[in-house]
Amino acid sequence: MSADAPLFGLVLAGGASTRMQRDKAAIEYHGQSQLHWTFHLLSQVCAATFVSVRPDQREEPTRAGLPQIVDRQPGIGPLAGISAALYAHPKAAWLVVACDLPFLNEQTLRYLIEHRDPQRLATAFKSSHDGLPEPLCAIWEPAAREPVLAYVAAGKQCPRKFLINADTLLLDLPDARALDNVNTADEYRTTVAAFGAKADKPRTLRVQYYAILREQAGRSEETLDTTAATPAELYAELRQRHPFQLNPAQLKVALNSDFSDWNTPLRHGDTVVFIPPVAGG
Amino acid sequence: MKPFSFSNTALSLDAYRRELADDAAGGYASFEGWVRNHNEGHAVTRLEYEAFEALANKEGERIVNEAIARFGILKAACVHRVGSLAIGDVAVWVGVSSKHRAEAFAACRYIIDEVKHRVPIWKKEHYVNGDSGWVNCERCAVPGHDHTHEHPHAHDHNH
Repeated sequence: MSADAPLFGLVLAGGASTRMQRDKAAIEYHGQSQLHWTFHLLSQVCAATFVSVRPDQREEPTRAGLPQIVDRQPGIGPLAGISAALYAHPKAAWLVVACDLPFLNEQTLRYLIEHRDPQRLATAFKSSHDGLPEPLCAIWEPAAREPVLAYVAAGKQCPRKFLINADTLLLDLPDARALDNVNTADEYRTTVAAFGAKADKPRTLRVQYYAILREQAGRSEETLDTTAATPAELYAELRQRHPFQLNPAQLKVALNSDFSDWNTPLRHGDTVVFIPPVAGG
Repeated sequence: MKPFSFSNTALSLDAYRRELADDAAGGYASFEGWVRNHNEGHAVTRLEYEAFEALANKEGERIVNEAIARFGILKAACVHRVGSLAIGDVAVWVGVSSKHRAEAFAACRYIIDEVKHRVPIWKKEHYVNGDSGWVNCERCAVPGHDHTHEHPHAHDHNH
């Protein structure tokens, strides 16, 4: 593991969003912009995370304030962002993720990372629609740098064709829906309705506290009715009520006595545990 | 014995060792973690261990099974204390029996290292001056200090 290139995250947010008729990065499905939501998701699993932007987007409010990598050849689509990242940090591998994937979750990313083959140029999922590589939720290794730069220099722009012809490890998606994207205003309304319906209905959850969280909450468990749709939202809600000092990056999440992640949908009756940094031995 | 378990009383090291006996084994390696009287310059008077046992038992069992698969050893187990411990008490025991010594040492090391980093167990130190603190939780809980991502092993200062 330690010999592998460090894994950096890149959120692609440079698209023109022409079919959506609004900026896909700024759209909210999870109570925050898709750009920030995706950035947070990558930050959970990457050593450092950046947002890919065109030069004219650097000061745009949704994107300003996040670490950026600026396209070197704007106008050629996502491969401009990928090649700029590979160019900027030649020793890093890049987990590249588009910001218009509202169904993506940490489990899917961890699956990709666990099955990554650093000896190949890339590790990608097979599309559940056509079986071809999904370039916009994939790990691009440092060895892809020269071939990608040459591909772009030759005037080619399609990251999918690049992966088809490169030494790419293809994985089956553990969750067939995880990479469904939302491109049109109609799809957007359907998706918001789907997430909204879940979020609006309160569910009863049991939260158990251990160690420092138990002391700060003043109890070892509580049962509550909440509209929080994910552990991330639940922890934010609990921080309003209890003086928790630890931030989510320092905690892990367990659902019903198994490790889970911050973006797993919560169901009625779930038992949730937030796990502070451990110190056994 | 179970691959991973907790005890709220003193560990029975001889009994555990006998459980790992095997006619095919050429050796046995073990590790005992002891409660010491200082940590990071603070004089420690006693410790409390607390665990999320339902998940800890599963994760601990996974670790022991990983060690068996990875090192080809014969038997392995780990027992961890919970509750209040005094200086010199045994906090954790790992035992491995195997055909040869190299894999016994390696598996023992693997199990204790993984247990310390993966199993939901917490340790509260009580200091001579009357203060107390949860190890790895309190001195790190400053805004922007994200040790799980930046330097996951940097706070590994026990035993």
